[in-house]
Amino acid sequence: MAESVQVGGGVGRDEKPKSDEPTRRDFLYLATAAVGAFGVASVAWPLIDQMNPAADVLALSTIEVDLSQIEVGQRVTVSWRGNPVFIDHRTPEQIEEARAVDVAELRDPQTDAERVIEPEWLVVVGICTHLGCVPLGQRPSDDRGAFGGWFCPCHGSHYDTSGRARRGPAPLNLAVPDYEFLEPTLIRIG
Amino acid sequence: MSSPIFKSPVVRWIDHRLPIFSFMDHELNEYPTPKNLSYWWNFGSLAGMVLVIMIITGIVLAMHYTAHVDHAFESVERIMRDVNYGWLIRYIHMNGASMFFIVVYIHTFRGLYYGSYKAPRELLWILGVVILLLMMATAFMGYVLPWGQMSFWGATVITNLFSAIPLVGESIVTWLWGGFSVANPTLNRFYALHYLLPFVIVGVVVLHLVALHRFGSNNPLGIDTKGPQDTIPFHPYYTVKDMFGMAVFLIVFAGFVFFAPNYLGHPDNYIPANPLVTPAHIVPEWYFLPFYAILRAIPDKLGGVLAMFGAIFVLFLLPWLDRSPVRSSRFRPIYKWFFWVLVADCVLLTWAGAKPPEGIYVVLARLGTAYYFAHFLLLLPLLSIFETPRPRPTSISQPVLRGGGVPAGARAKPMEKA
Repeated sequence: MAESVQVGGGVGRDEKPKSDEPTRRDFLYLATAAVGAFGVASVAWPLIDQMNPAADVLALSTIEVDLSQIEVGQRVTVSWRGNPVFIDHRTPEQIEEARAVDVAELRDPQTDAERVIEPEWLVVVGICTHLGCVPLGQRPSDDRGAFGGWFCPCHGSHYDTSGRARRGPAPLNLAVPDYEFLEPTLIRIG
Repeated sequence: MSSPIFKSPVVRWIDHRLPIFSFMDHELNEYPTPKNLSYWWNFGSLAGMVLVIMIITGIVLAMHYTAHVDHAFESVERIMRDVNYGWLIRYIHMNGASMFFIVVYIHTFRGLYYGSYKAPRELLWILGVVILLLMMATAFMGYVLPWGQMSFWGATVITNLFSAIPLVGESIVTWLWGGFSVANPTLNRFYALHYLLPFVIVGVVVLHLVALHRFGSNNPLGIDTKGPQDTIPFHPYYTVKDMFGMAVFLIVFAGFVFFAPNYLGHPDNYIPANPLVTPAHIVPEWYFLPFYAILRAIPDKLGGVLAMFGAIFVLFLLPWLDRSPVRSSRFRPIYKWFFWVLVADCVLLTWAGAKPPEGIYVVLARLGTAYYFAHFLLLLPLLSIFETPRPRPTSISQPVLRGGGVPAGARAKPMEKA
């Protein structure tokens, strides 16, 4: 080691060290590479992060919805982060239908109670969990599928009155967004 | 020059079919480079690095910019305030333009001092002037994009230069604008061209490098390399030297970006464009000031425009205006001084270009303009005849080692580079 230090301390000819022990030159290479890697990473990060949602986009990521104008049995679509959110003011029959399902038979087992805060209000993201189409069922004239909820026209997925996947290729239930009741008829989504 | 032997069989397999590794080894690794290059030879690689930085940050900015007169200004402000690290990326791009010009101007003056434009490097030089022209067009159109007051009135003034052309001038300007004033069609086409031209520059840079590698770099002595004893391999000697220069340069660059990002710009460009009001004092970015001074020095519209463009075009003729067979100013006792007078003249023109066009400034700009052209059109041809150059060494190694020297790679302390 002492010898290789002498060699390394000179003008730095590329002499092979006699043993396998690391030399000062190895240390310098590694230190330089580490500093260089750190520099590249710190330059790369801003260039990557700029493609993430910007501050003005994030500022739009919560919305408040007034529910007082929605009649029983009426379904309303609102836009949240550019996506449709289905708000369903469910009838007692629809709630009953959703509760009557045997959870063990579901492909994505969830009770109706786990999917709502207030039973008469179902709030789900209106995007089919198969490949992202918007299912039909918001208008009374729409095909609501075999389970009275929603039906996706793209590849034939059926959802029930709790927004759960029941038939067709959809693997998961319609997602429930984060939301809370600010007042009995006012919710904030996001 | 023989094909290198690569250890990896995969590399060998590819290289046999697509000799990309041989090419890189030949041009970047064993490429024989004069062993006496000074730090003035760093500026070519620096310019290449800035070009890459500008293209990367520019593509990123294009992801957020909106090329429409109603949205351009706001979209730039959104980049500054809302986009993650948008302020950093825009400040790099904005100051990068200035850094690009300072590096390229130093690179150009290096060529002037050491006669790098002389045979057999005339085309190399001409390609360099083409790059400079493309850079100017790109920088000008980029400056228009934020659609501030300086953007708008800069675009108006520069496009109006073409109205000086007799007969068809007005039609050309209308064609450039796509209307009867600088407006949305103008902004859209400038954006398209601002995105295109950097890649054209990359293409010309490749030609510049092909021409460079034909005969290799010039050097501070301005004499040809006579053999292996005068050269060292590009890697590691100049890769490491270039990287060191890049590190130092990036410190300066970062100093501007982080501590004085708007120092080189104009506050007026943070006022949205108003087609009805011209700012009281309108000047271009600093890198155009000498040409702006020349434009204003000539009291005739067409004459001013011709002089301004002539100031660049005279550089195309340089290899034939300077007939002296000696390249480096080290051996040209008179030219050496006139070189520095030319540098001072360009500084004077830069300064005069920033001042209002009145009184003593006009007089100085005219003197500066006259001298600028006299340097190229009068002094250089005359010096070629009357100047007696000093004797040059017979080889690069001779003044250092006496008697020709030995192959540099074989033995040796690294030579002092200058």
